[in-house]
Amino acid sequence: MNASGPEGFRNRIAVPFGAVPDQRVEDFRETVLLAIAAGARLLSFFGLPERDDRTRLVAVLACDESSQLSAVTTVVVDRYPALTPDCPQARTFEREIAEQCAVIPEQHPWLKPLRRHLPDHRPPGSARVILDPADHPFFHIRGEEVHEVAVGPVHAGIIEPGHFRFQAHGEEVLFLEIMLGYQHRGVEALLETTGRERAMLVAESIAGDTVIGHAGAFCGAIEALARSRKPPRAQTIRGIALELERMANHIGDLGAIAGDIAFQPAAAFFGRMRGECLNLLMTLSGNRYGRGLVRPGGVQFDLPSAMATEMRARLERLRDELAPVATLMFSNAGVQARLEGVGVLTPEQCLELGFVGPVARACNVTRDVRHDHPYGIFRFAHIPVAAAWDGDVHARALVRWIEVQRSLEFTLEQLAALPRGDSIAPCDALRPNELVVAMQEGWRGEIVHTVITDDRGAIRRHKITDPSFHNWTALAVAMPGNQISDFPLCNKSFNLSYAGHDL
Amino acid sequence: MFEILRTRLRQGSRTVPFPAEQPLPERFRGLPVLDRDAATEARDLPSALLTTGADGAARLDVGACLFCPEEAGPGPAGTVRFTSDYRLASSTREGLSTDGDVTERVQALNDAARRLFGRSLRLRSVVAGSCGGCEAELVALGNVVFDLARFGIQFVASPRHADGIVITGAYSRNMQVAVQSTYDATPAPKLVIAVGACAISGGPFRGSPEVGHSAPAGVPVDLWVPGCPPHPFTLLDGLLRLLGRLPERMAATAGSTANPVDSRAVGR
Repeated sequence: MNASGPEGFRNRIAVPFGAVPDQRVEDFRETVLLAIAAGARLLSFFGLPERDDRTRLVAVLACDESSQLSAVTTVVVDRYPALTPDCPQARTFEREIAEQCAVIPEQHPWLKPLRRHLPDHRPPGSARVILDPADHPFFHIRGEEVHEVAVGPVHAGIIEPGHFRFQAHGEEVLFLEIMLGYQHRGVEALLETTGRERAMLVAESIAGDTVIGHAGAFCGAIEALARSRKPPRAQTIRGIALELERMANHIGDLGAIAGDIAFQPAAAFFGRMRGECLNLLMTLSGNRYGRGLVRPGGVQFDLPSAMATEMRARLERLRDELAPVATLMFSNAGVQARLEGVGVLTPEQCLELGFVGPVARACNVTRDVRHDHPYGIFRFAHIPVAAAWDGDVHARALVRWIEVQRSLEFTLEQLAALPRGDSIAPCDALRPNELVVAMQEGWRGEIVHTVITDDRGAIRRHKITDPSFHNWTALAVAMPGNQISDFPLCNKSFNLSYAGHDL
Repeated sequence: MFEILRTRLRQGSRTVPFPAEQPLPERFRGLPVLDRDAATEARDLPSALLTTGADGAARLDVGACLFCPEEAGPGPAGTVRFTSDYRLASSTREGLSTDGDVTERVQALNDAARRLFGRSLRLRSVVAGSCGGCEAELVALGNVVFDLARFGIQFVASPRHADGIVITGAYSRNMQVAVQSTYDATPAPKLVIAVGACAISGGPFRGSPEVGHSAPAGVPVDLWVPGCPPHPFTLLDGLLRLLGRLPERMAATAGSTANPVDSRAVGR
């Protein structure tokens, strides 16, 4: 990939915003498309208000092989030629730009509201609205025997709200369209306007099951802009918390998948063992989801050696209890029959549409921020990237089980080898006029927090991309051809975040 | 089949008794209290935990508490600290405002309501602009450790099958219609339970134009359960007290003031 962006631009390294090449919109478009054609990935693409009723667009590209980032920017008035027709990875980003900034991506093939709210990142004084939040036309397939099924926002279980519109022919799903936005709380605007202490709590609450993931990315951005020291002990404790969070959620997902195919023993046992991981986070931080732990500069709670010994003993017991249950589940012929060949995704779809996390790794698209853009403890302790090949529900379950095992081993190792020193360092004022991208491998996949400061060092733009932002499309793409009664199973095999998408 | 039975034997029975016998970990942040000791200078709190009563004295609003470490510490009215008490729920919004120490705050439903719901309560979850954390703890209530079903309480798939709704989330704009429809679809007599800091006071999102405040207008709430998110023990404690199922500290004949259920069980 031709690195056209600022020199030395990497995960959690801030660069002067002025060093980002500022191009005319035609050249901007070409730069991005050429980079994508050369193998880069569109990491983030968003707008921010400029003077004179203009909007600045910023595209951040990632080269996973070289762990490099690059960026390019342009300024538009109320429209620009969309990237999506030539770069499907941009599809959701451009809908977001239209909604947040009231700028039209011309020729976008699917320009509909994304989170269904009025623009909140328009130039000052602008009243322009491109997308009416109340107007979300659904794709229809006409035919005598075709029928339409609507599910949500309130779903049968205890789950976040979202709307699913199926076009079905008998049992077979022909098309699935997903409409979200029910969980939109105005997170980005809050992060851009409240003080750091409140913003930290908002960051922890972007997705309540990904507290450590988002808190770590938030702090990574702030720490880079403040040039704060990163104590190794703090980085290790953060890594332990991140992997405990990954284990808790993956174990919970395995239990939920088992529950959806009525394999009750695994559902019951995994459900309890998810709680064991949450209880370990509670021992460390006082909260089952790790709230209160990750703070700018390090961690707010230290991990004394007596606690580390106790946590190791509990994890070793958990390891002994997990293995027989996983064997029970994966070796059961009935389970295999239900999980294999359902909800299939191809590697080509992952690459074209930019899917991330275990969803991509289950198609052998082995993206993992801990490996590709290492940070913190992951620069020193490498967790092998888990992968499977078939891209079906079974593969996604298998990747989760592999990751549980590897995260457990990693956590045991780190608990036995905590570096000495501080658990938190001062984190003071942010440098003005800088851009930073902080990436984190959350348990659902790549979390990206992009922050731009203004000339006073205040936050000018805080852009969040949760892995679900990309991966909701994977569910829509995988469902056609499957039975509609397999929807809950497929949905659980992806386990996407409504709140993480909606912000 | 044999393997399944063998695994079950090895896993053992892991249901914990409730009320819990084991204390929660040392760092667990339960009920906040205010030690009116030496006053120090004012500091900004990241939440609306510290409020002022009508008499000008400092009060704690547990419904606005985010249970984060930054809320604890010294201030002009004294020192805020978190105890290990997981019993946080209240029958009224006002009951969540304390002058700094523990009070009896959940009143059991009246006799008519207890006859209907006391041993069999079906609940419908409605999520209105949450982060997902409260729902995760509601789901955890159903696992073998907390085993909500042993108390006759379970979550159902439709409001038509429910005795009440459990609302989580800060009441996002896009959920207005769905929350109201779900409430309307629940047959009377019905209960409303607000779970989590968001549903009570907006939580971390307080002040965002995209969220409302406290419960949806016009819908009376029978039980308020603070937390961010509330621990499953906090949820169990609140629910069981409401149903009059916890023997100690049970209010005598007081009924829930929000949704009175009389012996004629007339709907609202």
